[in-house]
Amino acid sequence: MLRFILRRLLQMVLAFFGTTLIVYALMFAGQGDPIQALAGERPVTAAQRAYLTEKYHLDATGVGGFFYRYVNYLGGLLRGDLGQSLTGRQIGDILAAAWPVTVKLALIAMAVTVLFGVTAGVIAAIRRSGVFDHATLVLTLLVLGIPTIVLAPLAQYFLGVRWPIFPPTAGAQPSFRALLLPGIVLGSLSLATALRLTRTSVTENLRADYVRTARSKGLMRRRIVGVHVLRNSLIPVVTFLGVELGNLMSGAIITEGVFNIPGVGFNLFRGIRTEDGPLVVGIVSVLVVVYLLANLVVDVLYAVLDPRIRYE
Amino acid sequence: MSDFETVAATEDQSARRGVSGEPGTPDRAGRPGRSRSLAGDAWRDLRRNPVFWLSLLLVVLVAAMAAFPGLFTANDPRDCVLSRQHAGPSGGAIFGYDFQGCDTFARAVYGARASLLVGAFSALITGVIALVVGMLAGFFGGWVDAVLSRVIDIVLGIPLLLAAIVLLKRVSTSGETVRLLAVILVLALLGWTTAARVVRSSVLTAREQDYVAAARMLGAGNGRIMWRHILPNALAPAIVVLTIALGSFIAAEATLSFLGIGLKAPTISWGIDIDAGRVHMRESATPLIVPSVFLALTVLAFIMLGDAVRDAFDPKLR
Repeated sequence: MLRFILRRLLQMVLAFFGTTLIVYALMFAGQGDPIQALAGERPVTAAQRAYLTEKYHLDATGVGGFFYRYVNYLGGLLRGDLGQSLTGRQIGDILAAAWPVTVKLALIAMAVTVLFGVTAGVIAAIRRSGVFDHATLVLTLLVLGIPTIVLAPLAQYFLGVRWPIFPPTAGAQPSFRALLLPGIVLGSLSLATALRLTRTSVTENLRADYVRTARSKGLMRRRIVGVHVLRNSLIPVVTFLGVELGNLMSGAIITEGVFNIPGVGFNLFRGIRTEDGPLVVGIVSVLVVVYLLANLVVDVLYAVLDPRIRYE
Repeated sequence: MSDFETVAATEDQSARRGVSGEPGTPDRAGRPGRSRSLAGDAWRDLRRNPVFWLSLLLVVLVAAMAAFPGLFTANDPRDCVLSRQHAGPSGGAIFGYDFQGCDTFARAVYGARASLLVGAFSALITGVIALVVGMLAGFFGGWVDAVLSRVIDIVLGIPLLLAAIVLLKRVSTSGETVRLLAVILVLALLGWTTAARVVRSSVLTAREQDYVAAARMLGAGNGRIMWRHILPNALAPAIVVLTIALGSFIAAEATLSFLGIGLKAPTISWGIDIDAGRVHMRESATPLIVPSVFLALTVLAFIMLGDAVRDAFDPKLR
């Protein structure tokens, strides 16, 4: 077990260096003026140019210069110092204000996923090939096939503007009610996958020998499904949800942008719109780290939950 | 998944015969006493599957729209007059006009081209990369496999949308063709990993088959074995994965254009129109709903098509 965790940690460190190097190289290396590349199509003032040159040590040249700057950026990232956005605010401060909102939204989405996805998945598996099963399969295919940029604005229009059941946008201090509709939109994607995963997993386990044994012992069906099958079937679902939590943190760009929720995704959305290069790089770097960490936790969790799984 | 790949890989020779010789399949299947191949079974299933025909019809329709948009609307999508802002349906504009006074329906029809171009070419490039990488990793094994598999792991670990944002921010030109190419390349560069894994696993199975050993005994070199004997086996599962990927590439293009870093203004794209329609949804919702429905149906069509073909080839569901 310890060996596996150590191995996985080592892999994670490699992946961390790999991805941050790629993000950094793509952003700054190569031909042309790196500062202009960072600022996109906007003109750069002399003050900004001087600031960026000093911040990223752009006066050092060559491969050594590149790695010097990379190590510098990495150090800043690890210390939590992400520099300033083009508007002059500390990116760390922006993120600190945005995280709680994003986490709240992600948790609502996750609750929706678990509440509806897992329950419906278990029911669909028990009544396999029934009406409920077919209906949910078609429904999940629809949800999986419809991109968020369609789902989010349409939900906002129909449930927020046309029939005002939910508030159409969230303000600076979003209430739970304002986050509910975006949470449902955000959770619907993982809901569909969780439902399918639960259904497959429960179906497979229902055919297992231990279920037959339990049944022949005379156990009640509710106990067989509720205790024996569920415990074994939820392993892949739990790990999927773990990966999904990482995805939700970064996948909220569209949803937060559309519903005007001041979270991390919204700031990234705004950074792209206003051509704010440092803000985009800063947020993307942090999100990549979050994503990698979520994957690591899930992999370890997988091995803990299911002793049959060993990566050797 | 892996079971499907294995079976599809080993049965592929017959699969290709069955599919390419479609007209001949029914009477072959109808002959008494003759056992049908997996592909024959799959084709019989597909023929009776309404989802398959529906999605195929949608795909053909969208392809026709992309190739000959003039057949579907007589109006020019770039003919925008502000005095018609949010005007109702008239003169062939069956869904009325948007905020800029452009024909909403015509824009949606002309938007198919960019989406399909991005989807098709990204899938094509993805397919080539996946075939080469998967073939090398699966066929040679050893350190080649180890290195390539780690590369796949790393690329798979990069979130697609975030990486695409970083990459596309570097493209500062606004030339239509250049942006289109950039979006295609970025999506292909980030999206080839799943297909590569599928190819690798089918190559791994095909490599151990007797006919490969036979070919080797007859003196065939690595290149010939890979090209003539293993590639055909890896192709069918890869095409299924790529069909689904094509749908998600179209969605990704629209998402990037929606964010304002994919395709840009002179190009007509559903993502751009959805974003524009979203801003003015309180005044008029049709400019938002029409491109949304076009995009959703197109993406769904490709995903359902891939899903239907995969289900037909999956013996577990039989």
